[in-house]
Amino acid sequence: MAAESTPSTRSQTLTLNDVRHVAMLSRLALNDDHLKRLTAQLESILGYVAKIGEVDVSGVEPMAHALPLHNVFREDVVEPSLPLDKVLMNAPETDGPFFKVPKVIGGDEDSAG
Amino acid sequence: MTTTLTQRVCKSYKVLVGLEIHVQLATKSKMFTGAANGFGGEPNSQVDEVVLGLPGVLPVMNKKAVEYAMKVGLALGCKIAKHTKWDRKSYYYPDLPKNYQISQYDLPLCYEGSFEIPGEDGNPVRVRVRRAHLEEDAGKLLHEAPGGYAIDWSIVDLNRAGTPLLEIVTEPDLTTPKQVAAFGQELQKLVQFLGVSEGQMQMGHMRFEPNINVHITDQDGAVHKTAITEIKNLNSFSVLERATAYEIQRQIRQWEETGDLGRKSTYGWDEPSESTFHQRDKEDADDYRYFPDPDLVPVEPSDEWVAEIKGQIGELPAARRKRYVGALGLSEKDAAILAGDREIGDFFEQVIAGGAEAKRASTLMEALREMSNEKSVPLMKLGVKPVRVAEIAALVVGGKVAASKETAKKIIDALAQGDRPAEQAAADLGLIQSTDTGAIDAAIDALIAQNPKSLQDYKGGKLTALGSLVGMVMKSGKGLNAKLVQEQLKKRLG
Repeated sequence: MAAESTPSTRSQTLTLNDVRHVAMLSRLALNDDHLKRLTAQLESILGYVAKIGEVDVSGVEPMAHALPLHNVFREDVVEPSLPLDKVLMNAPETDGPFFKVPKVIGGDEDSAG
Repeated sequence: MTTTLTQRVCKSYKVLVGLEIHVQLATKSKMFTGAANGFGGEPNSQVDEVVLGLPGVLPVMNKKAVEYAMKVGLALGCKIAKHTKWDRKSYYYPDLPKNYQISQYDLPLCYEGSFEIPGEDGNPVRVRVRRAHLEEDAGKLLHEAPGGYAIDWSIVDLNRAGTPLLEIVTEPDLTTPKQVAAFGQELQKLVQFLGVSEGQMQMGHMRFEPNINVHITDQDGAVHKTAITEIKNLNSFSVLERATAYEIQRQIRQWEETGDLGRKSTYGWDEPSESTFHQRDKEDADDYRYFPDPDLVPVEPSDEWVAEIKGQIGELPAARRKRYVGALGLSEKDAAILAGDREIGDFFEQVIAGGAEAKRASTLMEALREMSNEKSVPLMKLGVKPVRVAEIAALVVGGKVAASKETAKKIIDALAQGDRPAEQAAADLGLIQSTDTGAIDAAIDALIAQNPKSLQDYKGGKLTALGSLVGMVMKSGKGLNAKLVQEQLKKRLG
């Protein structure tokens, strides 16, 4: 299981390094000018969203979903897959029936886990 | 000035291993969409819009996958959550089209279980199960072209992406490499018995990740605890056992040589050198930013639903094995074979229900197994009904056919060609033994007339001669009952 970042409370201010970290996790290459601008913008967005914290939720059951629904299932039935040309249609590069990606260094492993 | 050389000696040590196991569930379709779920198929042929994570798609839970997961959880003695939800685990990797994996973070479907495995000394070992949750598998990233040709890039096959995956996490209750492997093997038997996974290791249906640390007691009685290391992605029981054994010794050696207890980190296993190698420290582990998936509603298993699933599980292999040994008096080996496969165990019980005594039924099951191997047809597909096998048992008990496996196999073979009463099949094969003492006496008369010497031998006290006499009578007359022949001979010669 992964180590978790603690959710930041709004009393803290967002730092340039926080934004750099989030950009890295999102695989976005941003220069310092971008980072400065985005830090200010994200700061103001988070400040705005933080208003929701003022609502008194004592006595309200925490919910993970906005809809009052649960157990929405499908039966275990196979439906047709897409034809290969459609599957690969948006791929920047292909190699035969495969998606072609830059060499993954040192990875003989798949990611799932 | 003298320097004291610090001596570190591992006087004794205690091993703590917890296992993380990923089991692919054998549903027909994927976890959240209708694309086919299964091994093989042309690359990227089991892929639809949901698997690709295209904009605007909506995942919908596969009910069967949730039921399979609950089945395993219940069989592992877990509680089933009253309320559970789905979370997104975000990371970028070429085998993960959506850039997040749908998983369960803080509210797993199954939790707090306990499972018994056979220990090395014969006593059961109780292993606590922390949790078992559902998630989806990623695709496959390949670094060589099909056929093993080198390529300067990597290629992706998404057929596996979206396969329902059950992640089982145990508490660190395993204390030897053998126990770790045994847990894997017992779990394999369990998922196969439950029919929720094929459990084929070579196909990657089960993948193991042991978390290992050691409490070392030094020469002064002080205890040193090594940091936990995790070995990733082991997919055979042999490797699981050897990698665990290696890692235990590596941690102890490292402490003895350097005093370093290590850091929380991830290791891989290198088969050619039979050793583990450092992959990364957990401190720079990815930040997965789990959050509830807004596309999926929660799962709330009702008591009725859980009871229904529990009812489908029935008697588990371990309980069945114990009963076969304890109540039916079978050997451990026979009991394990019969209890290991649900259908075969059920078949065996139907033979008993048909009137056969347990040990005889077990012997006949062995004849069926041999027949199944010789014909390369699964036992259940031989076309022989349990009630007919019970009839064979009755024929043997009644002395109508010889009590030999060869005879049983001949009748079974005939029944496999076409169903009919076992006695009919035996008669068609000329295997019915005569219990007519008149016919036996006639055969004995004929024999005595032809072989006066054997008779003299017997009378002269050569007891072994009786056996050869019986053999000769059996040969001379067709289909005689050996036991009766012996009895009649004794009467005549006595």
